[in-house]
Amino acid sequence: MTAAATLPGAGRPRRLGRALPSAFWALILLTPAFVSLASVSFYPIVNGLYLSLTNTSLITQDQDFTGFANYVQLWGDPQFWNAWWHTLWFTTASTVLETVIGLGMALILCEAFKGRGLVRAAMLVPWAMPTVVTSKMFGWLFDGQNGIINYILLHAGLIDQNINWYGSTSTAMITIIIADVWKTTPFMALLLLTGLQTVPNSLIEAARMDGAKGWITFWHIRLPLLMPTLLIAGLFRALDAFRVFDLVYVLTGGGPADSTETLSTLSYKVLFSTLQFGYGSAVSTAMFITEGIIALVFVVYLIRQIRRAQ
Amino acid sequence: MNETRSPLQTVAIYAGALLILVWSGGPFIWQFSTSFQLDKMLTSGSPSLIPHPFTLEHYYNAFFEKQLHRYVWNSLVVSLATTFLCLFVGSLAAFALSRLNVKGRFGILMVILSVSMFPQIALVGPLYLVATNLGLLDTYTALIITYLALGLPLVTWVLFGYFETLPREIDEAARMDGVSVPGLLWRIILPMSLPSLVTTGLLAFITAWNEFLFALAFTSNIDRQTIPVGIANFTNLYYVPWGDIAAASAVVTVPLILLVLFFQRHIIEGLTQGGVKE
Repeated sequence: MTAAATLPGAGRPRRLGRALPSAFWALILLTPAFVSLASVSFYPIVNGLYLSLTNTSLITQDQDFTGFANYVQLWGDPQFWNAWWHTLWFTTASTVLETVIGLGMALILCEAFKGRGLVRAAMLVPWAMPTVVTSKMFGWLFDGQNGIINYILLHAGLIDQNINWYGSTSTAMITIIIADVWKTTPFMALLLLTGLQTVPNSLIEAARMDGAKGWITFWHIRLPLLMPTLLIAGLFRALDAFRVFDLVYVLTGGGPADSTETLSTLSYKVLFSTLQFGYGSAVSTAMFITEGIIALVFVVYLIRQIRRAQ
Repeated sequence: MNETRSPLQTVAIYAGALLILVWSGGPFIWQFSTSFQLDKMLTSGSPSLIPHPFTLEHYYNAFFEKQLHRYVWNSLVVSLATTFLCLFVGSLAAFALSRLNVKGRFGILMVILSVSMFPQIALVGPLYLVATNLGLLDTYTALIITYLALGLPLVTWVLFGYFETLPREIDEAARMDGVSVPGLLWRIILPMSLPSLVTTGLLAFITAWNEFLFALAFTSNIDRQTIPVGIANFTNLYYVPWGDIAAASAVVTVPLILLVLFFQRHIIEGLTQGGVKE
C-alpha cells in the first residue's frame, strides 16, 4: 500500500484509501493526453468557428467581428459549391468502390490457398506508402504521354489514342478516385476479413448441409452478420475520403479548370494563398458541419440495423 | 472447406489472389523499376519492366541535386520524437482508462477516437496563427506537437485494447506486494506489452512520416521540411523528372514497406482489435 501511504487519507478505511489515490492517479495520467488533444484539436475547432465570424486577413491585418457575413458570401460562392459537390462525389464514389471491391478481396482471402500470407502482406504496401508518393506514382502511371496505363490500354485495343488522364477536365476526377481506391481498398479488405472470420463456420456448414449454394450462404448468412462491420468500416472510410487533400493537391492542385477542387484544397488555398483566414475558416467550418451530418446519418442507420438484427 | 471446392472455384480463387497481388504490388514495382531506367528509355514509347541499361543516375540526382537526405533527416527527427511522445502519453492514458476505474471511460475513449475524425483542414488555420504568435513556424517543435495529437487517438485506442487483455489478477498481486500505481504501469504492464508497443509505435511513426498538410503549412525551409513536402516539390522547370521522383519514392518507401512486412501480423491484429470486434 505504498501508493496510499504517501497520500492524505491513508488512515481511512481500506476501501476509501484505495479509491482516492486511484482517482488521483487517473487524473494525473490522463492530463497529458487531454492537454494535447484540447490544444491541438478542440481549441482550433472553436477558434476556427470564431474566425469564421470575422474578416481576419493576414494581408489587410483586419480582424473585426462581422457576424455571418462570411457564411452569406459562402452561400453565394459558386467555387464553394463546386468544391462541395466534387467532395461529395469523390467521397461517395470512392467509399462505395472501396467497400464493394474490398468485400470481394476479403471473400477471396477467407478461403484457404497457398501463398495467402504473402498476399495479405502485400496488401499492406499501398496503405503504408505516403500519400504524396502515391500521388506522384499515379502521376507517372497515368501520364498522358508516356504513362504505362495508356500504353497497356492502347496495346490491348481498349483505347485508340492516349488519354490525358489528369490533364483533362473530364477524366481528372476519375484518375484521383482510381488512385484513392488503389490506396485504401486493400486495407478495407483486411478490416472486412477480420469481420468475416468472426462469422461462425458452423453456420455456413449447416447451410451447406441444407443444400444452400455459395451465393445463398453469402447473401443470407455472411452479409447480414457482416453488416455492422461493413457500416463502421464504411463510415470511417467516408469520413476519411471526405477530407481528401494530399492526393488532389499533389496530383492536380485542384485543376484542370477547378474540375478536381475539393473542400480541403479550396480551404487551403483561401487560407494560405489569399491569407483570408476569416473566409477560409468559414469554408472549413462548413466542411466540418457537412462531415458531422454524414457521420450522423451513418450512425443513425447503423443503430437501426443493429436494433433490427436483435 | 477445401473438400467441397470444385476445380473451377479453385482456379477462380487463385486468379483472384493473383489479381490482388498485382493490384497491391504492381504499381510500386513499376515505380521501383522506373527509378533505375534512363530518361530516354522511359520516354521511348516501348516501356520495359527490366531496366536496360541499368542506371543510378536518378538516385544521384535525388540526393545531390534535390538534397533528399536533408528531408529524410528532418522526417526522422520529427517522426521518432513523435513516436516516443505518442507512446509515452498514450500508454499513460490507456493505462488510466484500463486499470484505474475511471468513470465513463468508454465515453472518454469515444471522444478521443472521434477527435481523429476531425477534418485536419479545419485545424490548420488556427494552429498556423498560434505557431506564428509563438514563433514556432519552421521548427520541429510545431510539427511534433501537432503529430502527437494526430497519432494519440489511435495509439491510446490500440494500447487500451491490449491492456484490457492482460489479466486483472496481476494488478491485485502487485498491490499486495506494495507496488505503487506508476510502478504497476512501468515495471509490470509496460514490459508485458512490448509487442503492442512496437506495433503502436510503428503506427505513430507512419502517421508522422507520411503527414503532408501540416508540414506544408508550417515549414517553408529545407532545414525543416519533411519528405512528403520535399517530394511534392520535386519538379524541374521544363519537364517532370519522373525518374528522380521514382528514386526518391523508393528511398522513402522501401524501408517503410520492409518494417510493415516484418511486423505485418501485429499491425493487422492491432488495428482491427478495437475497430471491428464488437
